Amino acid sequence: MIDALDQIFVAAKHRLMEPVPSRWQPLVSALLSIVPLLMVFPGLFALTTLLERKGLGRIQNRHGPNRVGPWGVLQPVADGLKTLTKENVVPRGAAPFIHFLAPVVLVIVSFLVYAVLPLGRNMVAVDLDAGVLFFFAVGTAAELAVFMAGWASRNKYSLLGAMRAIAQMISYEIPLILSAVTVVMVTGSLSTVRIVEAQAEYTGWIPHWFVMQPWGLAGFILFLISATAESNRSPFDLPEGESEIIAGYYIEYSGFKFALFFLAEYLGLFAVSGMAITLFLGGWHAPAPWLEFIPSWACFFVKLLALIALFIWGRGTLPRFRQDQLMEFSWKFMIPMALVNLVSAALWQLMDCGPERWLVSFLLIATPYLLLGRSLFERNQFFKRTYRFAG
Amino acid sequence: MSLPFVILALLTAAAAMGAMSLRPLVHCVLALVVSLSGLACLYLQLGAQFAGFAQLLVYIGAVGILIVFAVLLTRGDAMPPRRSLVQGRVFGLGVAVSVLGVLVWAISRSCLMSPTLPPAPVATVEQIGDALMTRFVLPLELVGLLLTAALMGSVMIAMQEGEDK
Repeated sequence: MIDALDQIFVAAKHRLMEPVPSRWQPLVSALLSIVPLLMVFPGLFALTTLLERKGLGRIQNRHGPNRVGPWGVLQPVADGLKTLTKENVVPRGAAPFIHFLAPVVLVIVSFLVYAVLPLGRNMVAVDLDAGVLFFFAVGTAAELAVFMAGWASRNKYSLLGAMRAIAQMISYEIPLILSAVTVVMVTGSLSTVRIVEAQAEYTGWIPHWFVMQPWGLAGFILFLISATAESNRSPFDLPEGESEIIAGYYIEYSGFKFALFFLAEYLGLFAVSGMAITLFLGGWHAPAPWLEFIPSWACFFVKLLALIALFIWGRGTLPRFRQDQLMEFSWKFMIPMALVNLVSAALWQLMDCGPERWLVSFLLIATPYLLLGRSLFERNQFFKRTYRFAG
Repeated sequence: MSLPFVILALLTAAAAMGAMSLRPLVHCVLALVVSLSGLACLYLQLGAQFAGFAQLLVYIGAVGILIVFAVLLTRGDAMPPRRSLVQGRVFGLGVAVSVLGVLVWAISRSCLMSPTLPPAPVATVEQIGDALMTRFVLPLELVGLLLTAALMGSVMIAMQEGEDK
């Protein structure tokens, strides 16, 4: 019974495949793997926009959307209808083809990375030998799409936003990949499925997730911060910065193209959260041995929703960075820490099991963290800012 | 020749031609990126997963973005005059013919022309990693050193420009 529920989607796929002639089976199999992804994650996007607006509303001491349907649950439908029926405006000076292509490329890239995420036991679209590499390689194309949007709009704010976005994405891609490399090093595989398998065991009630080890915890935090920056979310939302450059690279997009940018942004967030879960939070494994009756896909989505809640909380509570602070934080703090963490993970892998390796791994991360943090903090002289033209 | 190969080859070649002949500089960069990703897809079609993804990561994620930055920070998106595309036609033809000659010579001597093809080598990502870390570790380190030197050089140049202002 438990197994049947766990494998319900895999079994359904096999059932649907049975009457198909063998010649068409590869095509149908691919479609049956892809179409659910294309349906579930945009659905999650609709849900998340509602949750985000509600959650932000509560944080800011107001109600959030509550007019469409009971408690405002139909708000995403209203938003979708609004964007669908809006006029599509293209500026006269824009490069029309690239202006059209940018959101399309962005959405395609955002969907492609889901191919290697294991959503449950036996539930991965393709088990690539180099899955993690695929994830990051395809993800980089998003930067180019952002540039295309910013440049093709022929608007100085869009171009500024695109430049900010590219600079930020390049800077934070390094700690993102370096913190993921630690996991690859310890498991000795680039395949997402094998990385999840490596975190399957339990000691008592405690799961063997990588986040439970000193290097894994540091790696997870680094990964999460870089992921926030990669998906241009607050407090790293300078590329969009409504109060500074209006909306950044998608200022000249209206109607459904604007919705596509929004969709791509959230899809990127879900994908990178899914990667964080796969790498550090044990993938679809249950958090304790007596919780293993929960279907694996449900575990994955609960973890995903928890991470999304964390991101919403962060957006509601943290102020935006300044551009120089953003760059300094990445190059002076995140990248050195990611490199130190790499050494720590390597030592963890080479040393024998026992308390020594916990101590060495912990000290190797905690000491540089304290020293680096101290020195950076001391160099910043804080003083009251004075403005020339404002009070 | 399979259909995917034909599609990818046509796309790659057409994008390469676009990269040479389009007028706005940014369009050329984007066409170049399409051409490079077409090449990556061809690697993938041949079963070379690691090479294909590395091509995507390095050429689109790094080189493409770098060219975009260079274009934006130097010339902007001003259109080059029409004339510049026609200059040096004879010289270009010479280069093209000589490259074609070298390629034909290389292919005619390679094992591709022999009637029996050798079995395709199977290289997993793990094997490539092993080879890079054991047999080819020195070249790998040297490449790292070279890139570090290039990085430091560019920082020096950028800093000097800053002091002049």
